[in-house]
Amino acid sequence: MGGGWLSRWPVIRQLKGEDGRGQAARSARTDALRPRVEGAETVARSVCPYCAVGCGQLVYVKDGKVTQIEGDPDSPISRGRLCPKGSASKQLVTHPGRQTKILYRRPYGTEWEPLDLETAMDMIADRVVRTRRETWQQTHEGQEVRRTLGIAGLGGATLDNEENYLMKKLYTALGAIQVENQARI
Amino acid sequence: MAECHPVGYQWVMEARARGAKVFHIDPRFSRTSATVDRYLAIRAGTDIVLLGALINYVLSNGLDFREYVLAYTNAATLVNKDFRDTEDLDGLFSGYDEETGRYDPSSWAYEGDVPEEEEQTEGGRRHAEAAGSDSYGARGAGASATPPADPTLTDPRCVYQILKRHYSRYTPEMVEELCGIPPERFHELAEAITANSGRERTTAWVYSVGWTQHSVGVQYIRAAAILQLLLGNMGRPGGGIMALRGHASIQGSTDIPTLFNLLPGYIAMPHAHRHDGLDHYLEREGADTGWWGNRRAYVVSLLKAWWGDAATEANDYCFDYLPRLTGDHGHYATVMGQIDGTVKGYFVVGENPAVGSANGKAQRLGLANLDWLVVRDLMLVETATFWKDAPEIETGELRTEEIGTEVFFMPAASHVEKEGTFTNTQRLLQWREKALDPPDDCRSDLWFFYHLGKRIRQRLGDDEIDRPVKELTWDYPEIGEQRDPDAEAVLREINGRAADGRLLASLRELKPDGSTSCGCWIYCGVYADGVNMAARRTPHTEQGPVALEWGWAWPANRRILYNRASADPQGRPWSERKKYVYWDGTKWTGPDVPDFEEDKAPDYVPPEGAKAQDALGGTDPFIMQSDGRGWLYVPSGLSDGPLPTHYEPHESPVRNALYAQQANPARRTIDRPENPYNPALSPRFPYVYTTSRLTEHHTTGAMSRPLPYLAELQPEAFCEVSPDMAEELGLENGDWATIVTARTAIELRVLVTGRVRPLRLNGRTVHQVIMPYHWGYSSGGVITGDVVNDLPSIVLDPNVYIQESKAGTCDVLPGRRPRGTALLDLVERYRHG
Repeated sequence: MGGGWLSRWPVIRQLKGEDGRGQAARSARTDALRPRVEGAETVARSVCPYCAVGCGQLVYVKDGKVTQIEGDPDSPISRGRLCPKGSASKQLVTHPGRQTKILYRRPYGTEWEPLDLETAMDMIADRVVRTRRETWQQTHEGQEVRRTLGIAGLGGATLDNEENYLMKKLYTALGAIQVENQARI
Repeated sequence: MAECHPVGYQWVMEARARGAKVFHIDPRFSRTSATVDRYLAIRAGTDIVLLGALINYVLSNGLDFREYVLAYTNAATLVNKDFRDTEDLDGLFSGYDEETGRYDPSSWAYEGDVPEEEEQTEGGRRHAEAAGSDSYGARGAGASATPPADPTLTDPRCVYQILKRHYSRYTPEMVEELCGIPPERFHELAEAITANSGRERTTAWVYSVGWTQHSVGVQYIRAAAILQLLLGNMGRPGGGIMALRGHASIQGSTDIPTLFNLLPGYIAMPHAHRHDGLDHYLEREGADTGWWGNRRAYVVSLLKAWWGDAATEANDYCFDYLPRLTGDHGHYATVMGQIDGTVKGYFVVGENPAVGSANGKAQRLGLANLDWLVVRDLMLVETATFWKDAPEIETGELRTEEIGTEVFFMPAASHVEKEGTFTNTQRLLQWREKALDPPDDCRSDLWFFYHLGKRIRQRLGDDEIDRPVKELTWDYPEIGEQRDPDAEAVLREINGRAADGRLLASLRELKPDGSTSCGCWIYCGVYADGVNMAARRTPHTEQGPVALEWGWAWPANRRILYNRASADPQGRPWSERKKYVYWDGTKWTGPDVPDFEEDKAPDYVPPEGAKAQDALGGTDPFIMQSDGRGWLYVPSGLSDGPLPTHYEPHESPVRNALYAQQANPARRTIDRPENPYNPALSPRFPYVYTTSRLTEHHTTGAMSRPLPYLAELQPEAFCEVSPDMAEELGLENGDWATIVTARTAIELRVLVTGRVRPLRLNGRTVHQVIMPYHWGYSSGGVITGDVVNDLPSIVLDPNVYIQESKAGTCDVLPGRRPRGTALLDLVERYRHG
């Protein structure tokens, strides 16, 4: 394409061209644009974490960061499509408001405090063991029950099957029966 | 569906483009309503009137699919002569006890079935208290395999005739009076669904929590089941009743439940007063005929998966290691236990009850009375921050310095930072690959509970009560620097193994003698032959429409349940157009996995005394039922009646025009000061409200409010009202309104649209207020708003203890709500005014 700067101006070319969205719309900048997924080092086949339709997702990773999440065109369920939430799910895993550090609030405390992972896990294990022992019920109304009503759990319905399985298994072995899920609600 | 399951809705649009007629019945006009052939506005809480009238229309015009109904349902079965219907008792069934508010269901049984002592039967008092009917997620209740029947359908005690009488008063006039749907619209719907059912065509129903979150929620679904069975729409392509579930693995969370009354695979938790040892338990939990007749194999294999070599025949496979229920230990009972101080420690994992559960204030008062609380989530949800920013802090009901709850916030891994399976709304398991490690302290829930379990085990001594934990199989390979337990190893345990360690290929291999282990019998086969079937990803372009090679559906990778019913009694397709699974002369075949044993011929007649699947004949498609039939009438198992019956919501401004009985007589109320109710028919609370969702947000907003894209698309909490109601109350579009119930008052922006239609009921106008519930007070979200779920009371369906959050009453005032103690004063005036 020859001519002066005016004739190279995309607006003029789009007005003059037969197809204003094709060649006429090209510029040095658009020529330099690359797909976000092009430089990805790995692609994981995943599933959208919002509703229960189960749309396929492709998760693109570069330099240890999620660079894009797109619909999986192979999925017979979604055929590559995602809704506004699924389309925004890269923000779900990368947004700056995501809390990535443990926070601890002591009884009657007015502020959060930091805590390291090992300490927190030990503290929680101590509390489970102590509360279980303090609230153990061997019998109830003359019947053997072997349980504690002192420890309860409530899980969300974005838990994996494997997670729910280990949770139910551990709670039940501990004798904790008040184990509930969004599935009730 | 377009609003909350948008990508699934593409298939509805595609069907419509190919000529399907689509109706949308909802109190709220949504993106679905905008794209269908006909939208019917309905008063929240009245769907059984509509469904009952459709059943009546089918029966009184002889439009049922008679051959299907006779062969595949219990229409001909005779019912106990002591049974009395709501027709006889003005809205009650026989067996009701005024004092306890409960039914003795023994008179509902099939003729000749002798029930056990009343309070022990399935559906009886003990069973009902522990929400026993939840266990029907994969099977029917126990009843006779071959009850007496009248194939002419004329005996007044046969199910067909009982049904006819029961629904005779559900007329188009009643639909107009209670639902607000005019007769011509009703007839259009009735004609469409009947014309579109039969040999050549099928009709599907799709529902969501708009049907379940009611004090008669289970019976809503039952009503749809009756209609679909009468029209021959079950087990056939294009038919069915589709539950659209709202969360990525909410189906999985029921199949492998973190629910108080269930073990994996809908196996009931043992009850101290109903079950002694394993034998007694198995005797009491269902029938010996149909596939559930193999339950000893399912239960013993689960116990072997959990306690391995410690589980032996001599010790009942450690059956006594299972803690016992004694009643209701559900979510809301637990919250009351927190307020009372019996519940000391609470794990909240990817859940936000401070915003998501009914009566948010009761939830937060419970949280504030704990010794310790562990919250695991991606962001600081309201359940974690209640001690500093709950509405009760502002009103002075709680003071931060006086809340003794110790709170651990443990950041979670996102769905791309861990591997594992979700089970979608159609029972399809899909494996997710891990894309990368979670950042900082974030860990998966699998990691958390596995490592917590290890630490707990290290701390236990030799006490007898510690044996179930110490002997638990709890040894999974650890992967990578973060020592993640191997999720595939867990899935393999769920799948199950033979004694030699071989991974089982099918639940048919499960044994009752302790030689197999299996963590969830309905998932057996997901790792068949050592292949992670849930991870299969054959593109849809390279396989047929049933797509059997994408993921894996329970049971047995079957995509349409009860698909034997897609063929006629002789095993031939009902029509060429609706051909699916059929008998080719020697075996069952078709594009799906047949649910019959491959070689069980259509003319198979069970020998005398046959058990389990062998007891079902060649024309009994409902293989998880004791009699192989679809149950129009439910002779046992339910706690509020064998037939769906319309009762008004607990809080309703309208009198029940069908019976003297106003609300479900068996509903569960919690009569405590933390949970005051609006009186029924109260002029102080004249408006009907319902809660809803928006495409751009997800449940309590924890996974959507922090996302700038989504926050910008739907920034503010609002209530949607009609122009008439706005004018009546002086509400301005874009301005504020205060919504009041006996629980509290909240403020929302007002959206005035013609999409909300005032309903004319018998000359009277009823206004409805529609409120999406995605907002909360936490600064973890980019956007905040008042908590809509603070408005509903805790009143529960008596079968499964789901709360009635989809229909209640309220008052609406223009302007913002009062602050501080003035808010409490306002609510107090409403309670006693």
